Amino acid sequence: MRAYKSKDNVQAKAYYTDRFYVAPQVPKQDVDCDETFSSDLEAIKAKFEVKEAYVQVGQMVVYINAHDIYGVLELMRDELEYTQLSEMSAIDWLAKDNTFEIFYQMLSMTKRKRIRVKYFIENGQAVDSVEALFRSADWAEREMYDMFGIEANGHPFMKRILMPYDWQGHPLLKTYPLQGDEFAAWYEVDKIYGKEARDIIGPELRDTARVDRYDSERFSRLGFEVPKGTEITGEEEPHVESYQEEGGVFLVKKFDKESSKVIDDPQR
Amino acid sequence: MAQVKNRLTPFFENITFDRDDNELVLNFGPQHPSAHGQLRLMLHLQQEQIVKAHPDIGYLHRGMEKMAENMIYNEFMPTTDRMDYIASSSNNYGFALAVEKLIGLEVPRRAKVIRMMLLEINRLMSHLFWLATTALDIGAMTVFLYAFREREYLMDIIEGYCGARLTHAAIRIGGVPLDIQDSFLHQLRVFLNKLPQNIKDYEDLLDTNRIWLMRMEEVGTISTEMALSWGCTGPMLRASGVAWDIRKEEPYELYDEVEFDVPFSDKGDNFARYRIYMEEMRQSAKILYQCIEMYEKCEKDGQTELMAHAPKYISAPKIDIMTQNYSLMQHFVLVTQGMRPPVGEVYVPTESPKGELGFYINSQGGPYPYRLKLRAPSFWHTGILTDLLPGHYIPDVVSIIGTTNIVFGEVDR
Repeated sequence: MRAYKSKDNVQAKAYYTDRFYVAPQVPKQDVDCDETFSSDLEAIKAKFEVKEAYVQVGQMVVYINAHDIYGVLELMRDELEYTQLSEMSAIDWLAKDNTFEIFYQMLSMTKRKRIRVKYFIENGQAVDSVEALFRSADWAEREMYDMFGIEANGHPFMKRILMPYDWQGHPLLKTYPLQGDEFAAWYEVDKIYGKEARDIIGPELRDTARVDRYDSERFSRLGFEVPKGTEITGEEEPHVESYQEEGGVFLVKKFDKESSKVIDDPQR
Repeated sequence: MAQVKNRLTPFFENITFDRDDNELVLNFGPQHPSAHGQLRLMLHLQQEQIVKAHPDIGYLHRGMEKMAENMIYNEFMPTTDRMDYIASSSNNYGFALAVEKLIGLEVPRRAKVIRMMLLEINRLMSHLFWLATTALDIGAMTVFLYAFREREYLMDIIEGYCGARLTHAAIRIGGVPLDIQDSFLHQLRVFLNKLPQNIKDYEDLLDTNRIWLMRMEEVGTISTEMALSWGCTGPMLRASGVAWDIRKEEPYELYDEVEFDVPFSDKGDNFARYRIYMEEMRQSAKILYQCIEMYEKCEKDGQTELMAHAPKYISAPKIDIMTQNYSLMQHFVLVTQGMRPPVGEVYVPTESPKGELGFYINSQGGPYPYRLKLRAPSFWHTGILTDLLPGHYIPDVVSIIGTTNIVFGEVDR
């Protein structure tokens, strides 16, 4: 019997972990360690519920409620001078507790500070679009939808951005295998040749490193190539490839080492 | 817009149209030579004027974030080359720095100097490439040939260092793998001494060129609000009146020790961007001269270390691996299993030639990142075309795409 493998996370995993190994933590500091951060946090706390806040590697991380996101980012943009949304995306925690973690990376150019605003949503829940606040969220939210299937309420054009519109599945989910799923294997075959050609062409080979070890005819027979299907006797004549036509090519001179000039200094 | 089906005169009674206006939808790309990659633009036109633009990307999507989740940290390094393949060392560096911040590593000074030299050479290469291709798009063939000639010198230097011209993989987590070759500094100096004259040559050809000015001035104007809202960074933001350079504002490596200026303009048009690229090349040359001095000082002081000493994460030097049993064991574990950074997350921005290149890494203590988000500047610089193109004319599209300096390895990742 095959050993049971969990299907909720099919990504690469460490093949060996010492059972006494305890992973160290990246240190977290209290928000009080930085004046700007603590005053910013106070301003957010005055209006919204903050679940957790700390400073990690010089940036503040603030956990809020999912429904507050628009208000928090609006407050940060208009009152706290965090004028740019550098990045936003999601983290897949479905295998752990069926949630997604959404993060918004904010930048204040006047204060030279970066804050990461985060919250959790349940699987299947949509987020509030912040596209009206930051135009950059237009594409970021589309990418998040494309990669994780998380929709943004109030987004003007909630369509896939990187994958084709008629794609099925969301590639960055942990349940999605690296080499693609069944749909991915047939996508281009169906598109280009049609479903009826599936038997003739076969599924797309997505393992680019695959070497057919039974292919002894053409593999590593450099200089002794034979046409496919020919019996290999081992006494083939070496196949010499000539790289320059006899009599030369129009306007092209045969390379002559003697009369050529070697330039030692590449800078001339 | 309401989609009214209108029936034409009886002669054409079998034809129905989706639209009742005379808007033309033009499909620009994805194989357009001036799109600098696989950019498809759907342009809605009124005569020659664009009323709506819809950039469509994803033709070069390779799923790098997915690949990162399935690779050990060191394995991912050569993959980052394929993001912004015009200046691949800056991607290598961004990733290396992010992992170093996650672990809390301090890189030896000599390695820092070498990295800075590589970064600035890459910036020059990228800017020269930008100038060459943009000029070519607009029709200035001579500038293209000149700028590529200079870029070739730089690629020779880089090739001498790491053996590759485009995909360098020249930086490692914790330092650099090799010291620079003997001819490096000499070649670099020869190049830098020539560069001011070269830049002047380009400017003589372009600055007062009537065609160039007509295609550049007052075209593709990005206001400060628009640039901030769209997440523009780098020269795109600096041309729109915000003097924000991460090297200056949040210094990493040894950028706080070198002297350089951050050029910026409040015009926001194509020409402002062009001027900023030219000025940044001069500033890069200035930084490189200082790096050469710093490197020579390192050599005088006998600082020879190139990789950080952190046996849990970084393999020992080759000589130790070949002579000491424990170093060999450590190396074996790090190569087969990979390093395991602490549990935590980090977002590290660096100033790549195109703008803010950020790596967000979420580590759960395993040898594979749990989540890695690549914040590539070109992604947003492509997005801004949605708002920037309407109102312009078809020929402007080419010059605007040119000055946004987008590279599709980075946009689609």
